[in-house]
Amino acid sequence: MNARRKTRPLRVTILSALGYLALSAVGITMLLPFAWMISTSLKSPSYAIEFPPRWIPAEPVTVDVNGRTCRVADVVGQTGVQVAIVSYSPEGARVQVIAPPARAGEQTTLPEDRLRPVRRVQLHWENYLEAWRAEGVKVTGAFFGLVRQADGFLVFYMNSIFVSLCVTLGVVFTSSLAAFAFARLQFPGRDSIFVGYLATLMVPAIVIMLPVYALLSQLRMTNTYTALIFPMMFSAYGTFLLRQFFMSIPRELEDAAVIDGASPFAIYRYIIIPLSKPALATLTTFAFLHSWNDFLWPLMVVDRLALKTLPIGLAHFQDSYTTEYHLLMAASVIVMVPVLIVFLIGQRYFVRGIVLSGMKG
Amino acid sequence: MPEPLSSIPTPATRSRATRALLQALPFLLPNLLGFLIFTFLPILACFGLSLSSYDLAPIANLRELSEHVRFVGLDNFGRLLGWHRDSGHLVANDTEFWRYLGNTLFLMLGIPLSIAGSLLLALLLNQRLRGITLFRTIYFLPTVSSAVAIVIVWKWIFHQQPNEIGLLNGALMSIGLRHPPDWLGSMTWAKPAFIIMALWTAIGGYNCVLYLAGLQGIPEELYEAAALDGAGSWTRLRHITWPLLSPTTFFVVTMSIIAGLQGSFLFTAAFLMTGGGPAGSTTTLMLYIYNYAISWHQLGYATAMACVLFVLVFGFTLINWRYGQRLVHYG
Repeated sequence: MNARRKTRPLRVTILSALGYLALSAVGITMLLPFAWMISTSLKSPSYAIEFPPRWIPAEPVTVDVNGRTCRVADVVGQTGVQVAIVSYSPEGARVQVIAPPARAGEQTTLPEDRLRPVRRVQLHWENYLEAWRAEGVKVTGAFFGLVRQADGFLVFYMNSIFVSLCVTLGVVFTSSLAAFAFARLQFPGRDSIFVGYLATLMVPAIVIMLPVYALLSQLRMTNTYTALIFPMMFSAYGTFLLRQFFMSIPRELEDAAVIDGASPFAIYRYIIIPLSKPALATLTTFAFLHSWNDFLWPLMVVDRLALKTLPIGLAHFQDSYTTEYHLLMAASVIVMVPVLIVFLIGQRYFVRGIVLSGMKG
Repeated sequence: MPEPLSSIPTPATRSRATRALLQALPFLLPNLLGFLIFTFLPILACFGLSLSSYDLAPIANLRELSEHVRFVGLDNFGRLLGWHRDSGHLVANDTEFWRYLGNTLFLMLGIPLSIAGSLLLALLLNQRLRGITLFRTIYFLPTVSSAVAIVIVWKWIFHQQPNEIGLLNGALMSIGLRHPPDWLGSMTWAKPAFIIMALWTAIGGYNCVLYLAGLQGIPEELYEAAALDGAGSWTRLRHITWPLLSPTTFFVVTMSIIAGLQGSFLFTAAFLMTGGGPAGSTTTLMLYIYNYAISWHQLGYATAMACVLFVLVFGFTLINWRYGQRLVHYG
């Protein structure tokens, strides 16, 4: 008995240590690309690519020796001795001592393997400003003509915020109304219409997008906010999600109101909606993130720079700055940060939404 | 209580039905109209357009309509799926379509890996350890990040140019690999590169969260009872966890196949990383459809391909329902 009590905590400790080890290994793998993105975004162009890769941006330290810029190096095996590399010759490097002060100015030749170049951490925050103001993405006449000329990412941000807010509001509003009808009202054809909604969830998005694209281009409505927002405002998925939640609200809560003669709208507005805040928050988070990150639809209906949202704006930026990885990474960080913040705030609802739609479907 | 609307239609019941409909319409209409215009009718239109040749030219009147939208019957499908005889050999009319279908299916090989990985992660996350939420959040980050940003950073990770070695190949060389692959530049390695990237993106995402919820729904008593009977952890995993998770697995497999055939993440990747190359080796059906519709303005052919994609998705789902359902254990 005693022995068991002693060994069990040990086993549990080992197991949980192994658990943490595995979890951390995966966690680091997940974070590495993000870390690499941030790391590169802070490097200067000439040190963006180096072998072996360097995680913390650092650049060689240089000094001025007789009007020439020379790299500074430590001497291996002689602590405290620092030299400036003046030139290279077949025998090694010609160096001039700069520290300790007592020996400063001494010149000698050292084999290269005895020199370790000194580097200093240097973070180029100005990359972010440069990406934000990039010449390749200057925009004129954006946002209903209100913005005459602006930095690309400012306009992409405004477009993304405007489009995502409209889409999210539209989805939550129309879905909650329809979900109420499907969950609480009796009308002929209700169940067949609902099954029709469900059936379309299986249809590949491109099947729907192509005819809508054709319609919009016939009406000369590509390159408008209407094209970006309107087709995305009606979500069969959102209707389904909310209907499932409304069904789970006990009807007894409404009975008193019904006896008092409350209209369906009053029941929707004053009973169902206040009780459904978690589900509405879930749908809001889903709809917002989906719209914010959407790539294909904006790509199809918009090619004017002034109307681009962040994802296709970033794609455009990538076209103009293909090889300037420090700027590409800075731009990617600029695009990603707000959505990560939204996610961290709405995380709880997001996770709940996945489970709700996945399990009851 | 659902009212028997189908009973004998006396004037009284009919007017009650009308009243019920009138009452529901204000709630239903905004969504239903949008649904009809932007979901339901487009699906019908897609099937209609697939029987036409339509070049997306602007149409002002009926005469132009008949000029630009010509009914061609099943010609598009014949061109897409048919075969012809070329000097004694059978050759597909659109060899590229079959190739890109093959690419799409090849890239879907990542799905079983991804699902297994998600299950494993969920098992790890289901331990009673402190700080689990933090790990779950980290694993979920790629799912909420902009696909464009993810693709750009992975392009940088896979980077390989003369004298320029990207992060991944740098790591491979430091563990002794002399000649690491030119991931995105080689026909052999571009698809595996895509699979690696997709795995990283998906493994801690929706599927993992669903599995975690499934695990948390398994009653603890079952494990305790099994432990009393002397079942080891493998036996418990095999005979309790796995069968009780089978509804989740069924759902996850179904959704992953539907999503994999459409491949919207890999569309973004192909569009931005490789342009579908090298030599078409990363072009998926979605990219091919996109090119036909948006770049080459052949909407009839593009919609025909979309219809084929629809049939594929539908077929897979149906097979899954009929045969996969049998393996599901509803506890």
